Amino acid sequence: MRLQAQGVQLAYDQKVIAQDLTLTIPDGKVSVLIGPNGSGKSTALRALARLLPPAKGSVILDGKSIQDTPTKEVARLLAILPQVLVTPESISVEDLVWFGRHPHRTSLKVPSQADKETVEWAMEVTSTAELRHQHVDQLSGGQRQRVWIALCLAQGTDLILLDEPTTYLDVAYQLEVLDLLHQLNQEQGKTVAMVLHDFNMAAEYADHVFVMKSGSLVTQGTPEDVFTCDTIRDVFGVESKVVPHPVSGKPMCIPLRAGLRAQLLGCA
Amino acid sequence: MTSTAILAQHVRRTSLAKRHPAILMGSLGVLAIVLSFYSLSVGATDVSMGDVFNAVIGNTSDQAAQIVVQFQLPRVLLAWLVGIALAVSGGVMQGVIRNPLAAPDVVGVTKGAGFAGMLLLLAIPGIPVFAVVPAAFVGGLVAAALVYLLAYRRGATPVRIALVGIAVSAAFEAGIRFLLVRNPLDVSAALIWLTGSLFGRSMSSVLQILPWVLVLVPLIVIWARKLDVLGLGDDLAAGLGEPVEKTRRVLLLFAVALASAAVAVSGTIGFVGLIAPHMARRVFGGRHLASIPSAALFGVLLMLFADMIGRGLAPPLEIPAGLVTAVVGGPYFLYLLVKTGK
Repeated sequence: MRLQAQGVQLAYDQKVIAQDLTLTIPDGKVSVLIGPNGSGKSTALRALARLLPPAKGSVILDGKSIQDTPTKEVARLLAILPQVLVTPESISVEDLVWFGRHPHRTSLKVPSQADKETVEWAMEVTSTAELRHQHVDQLSGGQRQRVWIALCLAQGTDLILLDEPTTYLDVAYQLEVLDLLHQLNQEQGKTVAMVLHDFNMAAEYADHVFVMKSGSLVTQGTPEDVFTCDTIRDVFGVESKVVPHPVSGKPMCIPLRAGLRAQLLGCA
Repeated sequence: MTSTAILAQHVRRTSLAKRHPAILMGSLGVLAIVLSFYSLSVGATDVSMGDVFNAVIGNTSDQAAQIVVQFQLPRVLLAWLVGIALAVSGGVMQGVIRNPLAAPDVVGVTKGAGFAGMLLLLAIPGIPVFAVVPAAFVGGLVAAALVYLLAYRRGATPVRIALVGIAVSAAFEAGIRFLLVRNPLDVSAALIWLTGSLFGRSMSSVLQILPWVLVLVPLIVIWARKLDVLGLGDDLAAGLGEPVEKTRRVLLLFAVALASAAVAVSGTIGFVGLIAPHMARRVFGGRHLASIPSAALFGVLLMLFADMIGRGLAPPLEIPAGLVTAVVGGPYFLYLLVKTGK
């Protein structure tokens, strides 16, 4: 496995967010980190992407400590899409995607043929090629997120990490983004690891799920393994009924309002 | 007009400069050159632009023209160098701090550099003028560090940085005034340190600032893409392989050095470093490969205009260029402050 955290302690200033966290991102799969607010899932993802140096332990990428690997080299091996994205003023889609080639270019060199081809390919697979001359700030939420994913793809890495790529998006756009990531995994063999906060979306799209609570990994496995009503109660503090999705057969958690909880005895 | 028509027009207008930045930038450059010759020819004695041109290329025996050029040429060259240094400094600061209000004078660098430069000249009377730029650089760095320490409490909003910068500037200006009171200089020297002026500058001033501009400005232009990447936010920039903190520190150091060199030769000229990058971004968009060189050209134009207006408004009285830029820049700064504060 290419990317793993080994006993890491994560902290901002003096505040410890995660204690002794060990997890391995499975290659060639779609993994999802999930948990309530403040569970440390985004912090863990930032550490995996070398954005936050662990206070203890280490993150290993291709057998080497990621902190000891130069940032430029890491950027050629894994791409990270942060949650908060700053769109430069009136920038075209194509220009934004070109930023993905930054780790492969030096200041004085003109772009190579490989750079051009990779950018074209990234726009093709994300269906953003026809938007290339449009300004990014004029696009729909889903289109814009596809452009950002194209930027990550242009980095040409097999590993793609995303921090809540569907937050603030309407449900149609959420599906648009997650369908694209699923397709990238299936057709391009990309390893995708992302933070999501919706457990039903996670169950639908993930091959592997990491469930986090107050900075520790509670459980991990396939959606069928981890999404039980006990885990949902323990981690999210919600009573729910877990049923198979009528179409996909994946587990679906249906939260219950107060009046219905009495009717449900235990985890039936 | 329908909204799509307005939008289409907007797209056309913004893309004209973006599609042909070289042509537009070339025209700005030509304008600056023409203005320079005009600036050489206006003054106490009237000499035609043609005579001035011949005198500059050394192709005349007209003594009046030669004298005018000898006195005015350093001044016009300085307008170029100071304009470039201040504008590029401001452009880098606005890009690196991601703060539309950032500029060498707003973050205190200008007055800090002025105070340090003046202190050195007064403390060691015989010191060679070439030592002034490094001294100003130290002063500028101290001021920038002060603003950083005072403004940063878990991140700093643009307006907070501006307010702290103004306070730090005021403290250094008080220092400059104190030095002036203790060591009465002649009025024009005092004016240079307080408001900034190109009056009575010689070729030695040009040579003081020239190496800094010649070295740092091309370096910054080469690093334009790094500035663009920093604009994507710290996390994405780091994700794209940019060592964010290191790059940011080096670029800020360059910006402080450029502004300090400008202050060392022309005093504390304000607002050019704030306004020129704004004009550049308006016309050429936010990509630094276009906006930094064009900010430099706007800086030159602003300095040439400010100097010419200062000389031409009430001759033979000289109004310092820094006063002209303050009169124009002050209201613009207020407008930005209100817009950014919302």
